[in-house]
Amino acid sequence: MSEPAARSNGDAPLLTVDGLKVSFATEDGVVRAVDGVSFTVDPGEVVAIVGESGSGKSVTAMTLMGLTRGPNARFEGTATFDGIELVGASNAQLQRIRGPGIAMVFQDPMSSLDPVYRVGAQIVEQIRAHENVSKAQAMDRAVEMMERVGIPRAKQRLRSYPHEFSGGMRQRVMIAMALSCSPKLLLADEPTTALDVTIQAQILQEMRDLRQQTGAGVILVTHDLGVVADIADRVIVMYSGRVVEQGTLDDIFYNPQHPYTWGLLGSIPRIDDNRAEKLPAIPGLPPSVLRAPKGCHFRPRCPHAFDKCVEVPELERRQPDVPTSRDRCWLSVPDKKRLRVVGERIGLETTETVGA
Amino acid sequence: MIRFIVRRIVAAFFVMIAVTIITFLLLAATGNQAARLAGKNATQQQIHQIAAQYGLDKPIYVQYVKTMKNIFTGKAYSYTQNINVLQEVKHDYPATLSLAFGAGIIWLGLSVLFGTLAAVYAGRTTDRVLTILSMAGVSFPPFFLGAIFLYFLGYKLGWFPLGGYVGLSDPWQWFKHLVLPWITLSILFIGFYSRVLRSTILDNTNEDYVRTAHAKGLTDGQVLRRHTLRNSMIPIISLWGLDMGQLLGGAAILTDSVFNLQGVGQLAATAIANLDVITIMVIVILTAFAVVLLSAIVDILYAVLDPRIRLA
Amino acid sequence: MAAADTAGTSFSDAVSGSYDSDAQDLPPGVGPWKLAWRRLRRNKVALFFGFIFVLLVVVCLLAPVYAHDIAHTSPNAEAGLTATVKVGGKVKPVVNSIGIPIGPTWHAKYFFGADINGRDTAVRLLYGGRNSLEIGAVATIITMVLATFFGVLAGFYRGWWDAVITRFADVIWAYPAVLLGITLGTVFATGGIGPIHGTFLLAPAIVVGIVYIPYVLKPVRAQVLQLREREFIDAARQQGLSSTQIMFRELLPNISSTIVVFMPLILANAILLEAGLSYLGAGVQPPNPSWGTMIAEGLQPLPAAFSNVLVPGFMLVIAVMSVNIFGDGVRDALDPRAKVRIAR
Repeated sequence: MSEPAARSNGDAPLLTVDGLKVSFATEDGVVRAVDGVSFTVDPGEVVAIVGESGSGKSVTAMTLMGLTRGPNARFEGTATFDGIELVGASNAQLQRIRGPGIAMVFQDPMSSLDPVYRVGAQIVEQIRAHENVSKAQAMDRAVEMMERVGIPRAKQRLRSYPHEFSGGMRQRVMIAMALSCSPKLLLADEPTTALDVTIQAQILQEMRDLRQQTGAGVILVTHDLGVVADIADRVIVMYSGRVVEQGTLDDIFYNPQHPYTWGLLGSIPRIDDNRAEKLPAIPGLPPSVLRAPKGCHFRPRCPHAFDKCVEVPELERRQPDVPTSRDRCWLSVPDKKRLRVVGERIGLETTETVGA
Repeated sequence: MIRFIVRRIVAAFFVMIAVTIITFLLLAATGNQAARLAGKNATQQQIHQIAAQYGLDKPIYVQYVKTMKNIFTGKAYSYTQNINVLQEVKHDYPATLSLAFGAGIIWLGLSVLFGTLAAVYAGRTTDRVLTILSMAGVSFPPFFLGAIFLYFLGYKLGWFPLGGYVGLSDPWQWFKHLVLPWITLSILFIGFYSRVLRSTILDNTNEDYVRTAHAKGLTDGQVLRRHTLRNSMIPIISLWGLDMGQLLGGAAILTDSVFNLQGVGQLAATAIANLDVITIMVIVILTAFAVVLLSAIVDILYAVLDPRIRLA
Repeated sequence: MAAADTAGTSFSDAVSGSYDSDAQDLPPGVGPWKLAWRRLRRNKVALFFGFIFVLLVVVCLLAPVYAHDIAHTSPNAEAGLTATVKVGGKVKPVVNSIGIPIGPTWHAKYFFGADINGRDTAVRLLYGGRNSLEIGAVATIITMVLATFFGVLAGFYRGWWDAVITRFADVIWAYPAVLLGITLGTVFATGGIGPIHGTFLLAPAIVVGIVYIPYVLKPVRAQVLQLREREFIDAARQQGLSSTQIMFRELLPNISSTIVVFMPLILANAILLEAGLSYLGAGVQPPNPSWGTMIAEGLQPLPAAFSNVLVPGFMLVIAVMSVNIFGDGVRDALDPRAKVRIAR
């Protein structure tokens, strides 16, 4: 696939994903959920994977944990974490990695905790699955973890059941649980989507602090560019199973190369926006996971598509002066610079608008 | 908790009253009971005498109240046999209790085993074979299955006695007499329960908390035992409680009959065949009581198993 | 099914989860029924047993057309104690001197042997099957129609309708199926209520039909309670549709998959319960045969002539089992959760 993205430091990356493909056989046909994804994550780095639902971002994250395995799933490519190849790893290997190696926080804190066990027991279970410590020691650690993620009266709350917590508190429990074995890589799959905006900000703050304290790498899967701007170092934009663009936070927000990214950026409402009455949306619908269009998957929705777009562009470095940026778009760099400006900001030229 | 129990008792009371009234009306509808009690060749005068003796000449609601009063004061004498029905139920109850609990333990244990196996191997040969076996199990009427066992294992091979019940004072004989009834009754339930458990487990396998459990690095066995199975047992336990309630109320009529166990079920069958109103009423009350009692226990168990449920 | 010996409190729970079809999961342009049929067509085992059941029904229902021509006897014709039959060149009595009937001859006459009255078992088996299947079918129709009607009424109007209907269902529910069945059956058999009398062949069908009403009524009501809160019912109301129109045009199609899933389940249990009642003498009344009465009669001279228990017994088991397996396939086909999920 493509050369790995340039990194800020000289150490080996924590995680290297190369040419990852995931497909599922369903009764309606083969779903190519992930179609050639490559990226790296360094220790202490926050990499955001951005995309609409169905773009394959969650499947990518769950595949790293081996959670998409099943009789109908097919995998290609590699994902190397800490010297271990994850895609082909045995169940026993994966079980050792899950927790102390890679830990995951899921989207819906309401349903991600087992309703019949006390939260303390669930954190203790995580610790004791990997460390030979007594129940009492594990309990102490659980309290410590809960305090660290900002759960008040942790000692008492340890004995509460998940349904006795609010959504934000439950997500904190999930994070406490995920961090209790000091993972080297944290996968956060839409960790704040199900939460109120104020709680969202608190949870993100916790994650930021934790990264600083533990030096763990973080993969943040989200569709929310606001969250990305808040916390990410690098951004991967996915569309219909493929990475369409990746780069540093600044690359993506100030120098985006792919029309889909322009569309995403253009649909963020801004307080300083004069045209507040109109919020542009990307025209059309994401392609069916069963019948993706030929060539560039974004072609049917792209106002700038031309005859070259029926061929799949490689994800590669296209701007000689920007070493961190990669994209999959046939347009020339000067064309992109010109076409992405709509009005006075970055956006996708569109005939359709929705009321703000 | 106390409010819950009180509400349960009140509800039970009303269900019981309704069930007894309906039974009484149904039985009264079978025509002139006095004539039947008096026998085929009775004169008109004898019939009147019998009617007066049992109060059958009174309006139906008077008869009902009197019957209920007799039952609850322990003076429930069967019309046809002239014996105290409560004594009779007490005499037959050990057989019913032995049958219900023995079979209950067997079918609960085996259906958890088979249901889990079928779910773990869903879609594969083990699952297919277990599915066909469950379907066969739920398709065998107990009186037919019992007859087959009695004929081949009892009569032909002589391994088991040909029916009847022996009290616990002789544990070995007690056991030998109950093995076939236990198996017969269990097979009915195993097929059904293991299917329910299989589909519940498969549903729960898709739950987010099971995914979380995998993400914690637990082994597949740990995830199954601690999370999937633990949550899937909740509906099974409630089914079990309700079915046990019915069996303890004497609902195993067919199994009782084919094995001549002389339990409450067989008593009910005989009483109904003889239109023995008092005995039928006592058994119906017993059944309603057992069902309501067990369903209350199930509700309490539910709250223990699933902390989200609070009794109120 | 547990219901054969107790009320089988349970089987509604077995399917209660399976009928909430999420339409958004379906690919566009393919209706849920077509999709279900596509899945069912792939389930060869279910189709095979469905075929077996249809075959049984045809063979039994057509018995009056052909049985007499083959066996030269009718189901209730007693051969008399002196009757003989030629088997393999030897002349044998149909019923011997100590009252033991002849076993299977594997010949056109007395193919499965005779019963203690010298009646041809094979012929009685066919006619008995006719009765058992007819009673099962009529009972299922009674249950499905009444349960759907009252379930929809209770769920749609709520309030008093709901309270009265639900209480009634609760009372039937508190009664174990077999106990209620034999009570009703005996009442019909001895006294009779109105035109329903013991000799009336469909009396057991009415008994069985009533017994199973709550098992279908409860889930139907629960589903209607959910459906009536949905937008499309509001929309229908705003379009000025009457309550009856809403119930028939909007609600009924939406609960139809529930009804279809329950139908084989109730049919299988109805056939079983009829057999149980007949076995206890509270179902089909002699001399009319049914599989249940035949088993009961076959058990009388136990230990001899056990073939008279095995033949109707296995016929019954095959019929019930094929309905059960076919019904299980239907349930799987209608259950959208059988679909492969992308993310676990």
